[in-house]
Amino acid sequence: MSAAASGPPSAGPSSVGAIAGWRAANARRGAICLAAAGLAAISFAADLATGPALLPIGAVLRALAGLQADPMIDAIVRNLRLPIGLMALVVGAALGVSGAVMQTILNNPLASSYTLGISAGAGFGAALAIMVGGLLPLPDAWAIPLAAFLFAGLACALVAGVGQMRGATPELLILAGIACLFLFQALLSLLQFLASPEALQQIVFWLFGSLLRASLGKVGVVALVLALTLPVLMADAWRLTALKLGDERARALGVRVDRLRLRAFVIVSLLTGAAVAFVGTIGFVGLVAPHVARMLVGEDQRHMLPASAVFGALLLSCASVASKLIMPGTVFPIGIVTALIGVPFFGWLIRGAVRAA
Amino acid sequence: MRLEANNVSVRYGQRVAVREVSLAAAPGQIVALVGANGSGKSSLLRALAGLHRHGGVIAWEGGHPPPGAIGYMPQDGNTRVALTAFEVVLLGRMGTLTLRVDAADLAAAEAAMAELGVAHLAGRRIGELSGGQRQMVLIAQVLAANPRALLLDEPTSALDIAHQLHVLALLRTVTRARGLTTLAVLHDLNAAARFADRVALMSEGRLVGIGEPADILRPLTIGPAFHVEVAVDAGSDGHPVVLPLRARGP
Repeated sequence: MSAAASGPPSAGPSSVGAIAGWRAANARRGAICLAAAGLAAISFAADLATGPALLPIGAVLRALAGLQADPMIDAIVRNLRLPIGLMALVVGAALGVSGAVMQTILNNPLASSYTLGISAGAGFGAALAIMVGGLLPLPDAWAIPLAAFLFAGLACALVAGVGQMRGATPELLILAGIACLFLFQALLSLLQFLASPEALQQIVFWLFGSLLRASLGKVGVVALVLALTLPVLMADAWRLTALKLGDERARALGVRVDRLRLRAFVIVSLLTGAAVAFVGTIGFVGLVAPHVARMLVGEDQRHMLPASAVFGALLLSCASVASKLIMPGTVFPIGIVTALIGVPFFGWLIRGAVRAA
Repeated sequence: MRLEANNVSVRYGQRVAVREVSLAAAPGQIVALVGANGSGKSSLLRALAGLHRHGGVIAWEGGHPPPGAIGYMPQDGNTRVALTAFEVVLLGRMGTLTLRVDAADLAAAEAAMAELGVAHLAGRRIGELSGGQRQMVLIAQVLAANPRALLLDEPTSALDIAHQLHVLALLRTVTRARGLTTLAVLHDLNAAARFADRVALMSEGRLVGIGEPADILRPLTIGPAFHVEVAVDAGSDGHPVVLPLRARGP
């Protein structure tokens, strides 16, 4: 035992550039985010160009800049397709960020608004509003999203309530989320069973998820929620990063874990509620976007949260384009497209992760 | 930063994990907490770190410790994360970290890694490191905050002999150089005998004794605490050498 201080068996030469290396890595991550944002912008332009009438990109850009001479193209781009294209971006970003935060605070890569029953809560709320539509003092275009938002919040509150129990663990929160999923799915099935054929058709279409209900006003609401919540999450970025090392280690670093988890959960419920309220149930974006972000920029949440937003926006925008190309002349429900694209993509991701392990 | 703990008790519901433990620790010294599994070592450490409610009095330099003065390294944690070793060490500066990281925080993280000889691992992902390297990075994380006391829960568990010796030798060097008050939970009694200035032996939540290794690590104290029969010899360098003979059963 006398040779103890001679050096670690695997010690290598001392590096002189830890800070420089870290700064270079950060610059690389920033470049990745910018590149993804560029791709999202291209996808957005393609989203505006595709549809029953395929428009040249130049015409789309001229219409956006207010230089379009043809009033028909101007109307198609600015009135019909612009709200849908923007909605894809903001909803994708909101779902990406909320998925990233959920996966972080629950320390589980399968956590998302979909798997934790928040989307199911929103679905039940929307179905309820469709069923009692005439009784509400609001037009359907706003009453249904409001009900969806409120029930998404209720689902979050149920899960967060379990999280406030003494000795609650992230695993218990996930179980509570899964219970919530089954509860709201059962209630939704009950409503579908009781609904009239017209209401049932409306409920099913809402559940498919669709960007066609978008308007600039609704885009503004989701964008506002995103603009208000993202800075709050970014202020907690280091604390969220510490949480990745486990609750006990985060506490040892001075993080008030229970308060952070509750705060993040409330923000996530606002983000998710706002996102799914206007477009319906959209799966996989909240699950896949954070995985892509994690693979490309790591888990420093200062980079991962914006990256999840950008990749979420990119994914949903691409899905929006694909939804119009699958069957020419028909806009496929976006929720179906994200699942159809998301499942094989997720399989490819898992395959890569298993190979790397 | 001198530690004085008097009649400290820790409960988990109805179960008492630590019963009226009193001990003191001085700067520049390592106190090894030893004892059988479930004897209350980790619970005592968490209470000393201010992470668990406790009965009795815990005083650091006669009162409450200033923020960041205690560096606590828990036993459990998740290291399968996509963070580099440098980022993990930087998290040790949690008290002062902002979105735009200050040069002082970066310098402190780099210095802590250099002090423990792991600067060359800065850009590697923590999950890719060997157990020994990972442990050194986690100790660097604790040191990056420039604490005045170190509370380490099994810092050498899951390490091979060479890495155990290296980690403990470095801990002793850092403790002396920085004048830290270091308490470490150790399972290896011989490592405790060699590297600790004092050994605190716990059994069933109580402190059986605290003192020089040669005074505490004796068959009559170790035997009942660990439910084993042991022989203790004097090593060539004067430290006691503990030889387990057979288990007596729990």
